[in-house]
Amino acid sequence: MATTPPVVTGVTRRQFLGTSAAAAAGLCVGGMASAAATPPQASGAERIGVLVDLTRCIGCRACVRACNDRNDLPQDPQPTSVWDGPAQTLTYQRWTVVNRIGQSTAQEGSSVKQQCLHCLEPACVSVCPVGALRQLDSGAVIYRQERCIGCRYCVFACPFGIPKFQWDSGVTPVIGKCQFCAQHATFDGPACVKACPTGALKFGTREELLFEARARLHARPDRYLNHIYGEQEVGGTSWLYLSGQPFERLGFPQGLPSVGLPRLTWVALKVLPAAVTVLAVIMSLASSLLPRRPPPSS
Amino acid sequence: MLELTFGIGFVGLLAWVVTQRSHLRLRVRLELVTVLLALFLGALYAIAKRVEGGLGAITHLSDQVPWGLWITFDLCGVALASGGFLIAATVHVLHLKRFEPILRPTVLTALIAYQLVAAVLVLDLGRPQRFWHPLIMWQHHSVMFEITLCLTLYTVVLMVEFLPAILERVGRPQLAEPLHRLAIPVVIAGVILSTLHQSSFGSLFLIVPQKLHPLWYTPWLPALFLVSAAAAGLAVVILESWLCSVFLQRQLPAVLIRELARACQWVLWGYVMLKVGDLAWRGRWMDFTKPTWLGVLWIVEVVGGVAVPAVWLGRAWRRRTARGLTGSAWLVIGGLALNRANISWFALIPAVGVVYVPSWMEVVITAALFVAGVAIFAAVSRLLPVFPRTDSTPA
Repeated sequence: MATTPPVVTGVTRRQFLGTSAAAAAGLCVGGMASAAATPPQASGAERIGVLVDLTRCIGCRACVRACNDRNDLPQDPQPTSVWDGPAQTLTYQRWTVVNRIGQSTAQEGSSVKQQCLHCLEPACVSVCPVGALRQLDSGAVIYRQERCIGCRYCVFACPFGIPKFQWDSGVTPVIGKCQFCAQHATFDGPACVKACPTGALKFGTREELLFEARARLHARPDRYLNHIYGEQEVGGTSWLYLSGQPFERLGFPQGLPSVGLPRLTWVALKVLPAAVTVLAVIMSLASSLLPRRPPPSS
Repeated sequence: MLELTFGIGFVGLLAWVVTQRSHLRLRVRLELVTVLLALFLGALYAIAKRVEGGLGAITHLSDQVPWGLWITFDLCGVALASGGFLIAATVHVLHLKRFEPILRPTVLTALIAYQLVAAVLVLDLGRPQRFWHPLIMWQHHSVMFEITLCLTLYTVVLMVEFLPAILERVGRPQLAEPLHRLAIPVVIAGVILSTLHQSSFGSLFLIVPQKLHPLWYTPWLPALFLVSAAAAGLAVVILESWLCSVFLQRQLPAVLIRELARACQWVLWGYVMLKVGDLAWRGRWMDFTKPTWLGVLWIVEVVGGVAVPAVWLGRAWRRRTARGLTGSAWLVIGGLALNRANISWFALIPAVGVVYVPSWMEVVITAALFVAGVAIFAAVSRLLPVFPRTDSTPA
């Protein structure tokens, strides 16, 4: 049955779609242009940190045992150093490890302590849907088990591969990672630093430690590589490393952006309120302005 | 112990079906029953094992690869269900009422797909019993939080959109009256929520520039996810129409399907331009000068899954060939699945250095849920007034 085309009033559908597409595109471009704006972050004036001087580490693992003690994590039955036994890996119940890395017959390696670096702009904190990971004003990133749903987005997002999941727990798994000992009611510096016999670990404010690190680099340029790992990486980390060996040989992630990772997500998230408004307006206008055609009666 | 229980259960149930077959007048193929029984009991067994021994006991996930097949499945499922909000907006916002006959099947598909996605997401949580935490512990910097909120609210929207079908079936269509009056605001809310979460599934991966291969990592991921989901959602409606006519003897009007094909074609061309423009803008063309398997995957995805079906769809709707429509719809769906798999799986392999292959239990749970979804669709579409009447008498 042939029907006469309905009379179109006001805007045509084509015009309308064109205009709305332009508006949506404009919104996207606007969002991209203001990418420089930062996501909110904890703004402690006195950010704490630890300076790890790998050239002073003797690989005794006293820090690992102190960490396990302080945080009620299981101890190795036999105390080991980096020279005996297999390399240790971080797990949900081992929050720091020290291993000999890059050692070969041709080249001297280095003992490397691994733990959470406590990013100034932590990816794990920004991705956690329930705020189970939280950054304190001091910069320490702590974990609140009672909120965690076990989605493992933190494990996925961390650029250093630090948060570990309890894969063998039925329905009560936890995430395990170094919390700077800041989760304890009394905090006077991390246990590992106090246990270190050689001064390879130094606790202080991040500002002081950066100053100290530069002083050491300046005094002994022959001993150190001219790079403070953690000063720029992913916008800076609370833990800083000095090394005599190239960091990439020691397994430190390379090629990380020098901006905080949460900013990359925030660019997309912060346009959402505007997007909701624009969409609501466009569609309300559309549904009221566009001609209503009767349903097919044939 | 668990194995024994499920083994005995399988044999017992199978024996029961075989003995009762003639009695119950089950005109079913025995091999089909065997496969389905094995699938569902396998899934139940895997879930029991998961509750007992954790995700590590049934998946091949690890601290290196904490997300696997289930996340890929969720990304695909949500994108493929985007027809629900597109057709709803076409009918209630653009007032193209001629599309009304295909609205209910599409909304039902979306509703079922979102339930499947939610089920998989909850199963994938370390603590499924805390699935409600994000709804009260807001963390608005988290994409995952935003997605959870949108998915939950959109599921409510889909239920409201589908409720009239149930009310008509139970003989209370007058109760749906207030819902009809609310249709426009509800549909608008649905479009907003869908735009948000469809794009945000792409935003999930913005946090890993060091992990995701540069062929896929781009700040435009959210836009690419939204547009590709729209194309795939339309392709699903096209394919579904054909599947329903073959297996359920229910038909969607062919005229409308051709119009959808036309729309889908243009979305696909837009998506090709976005994908190519994005690579050009970021100057990543050089990645193709040395052949890598990821480069091949990118080309298969964009040429085979987007450009080819765009051309094919254009020919098909002009020549009105059903085979062209379904064939190109399959390609679009395959292309979308490959895109989501690339982003959540393959393109992470070089940086992570671990190749993840799902365990049989991950596969079985996914397959069982998918089959259950298809079965629910078939059952509901027979029980409720979902499809337009095919008889010639005017309604």
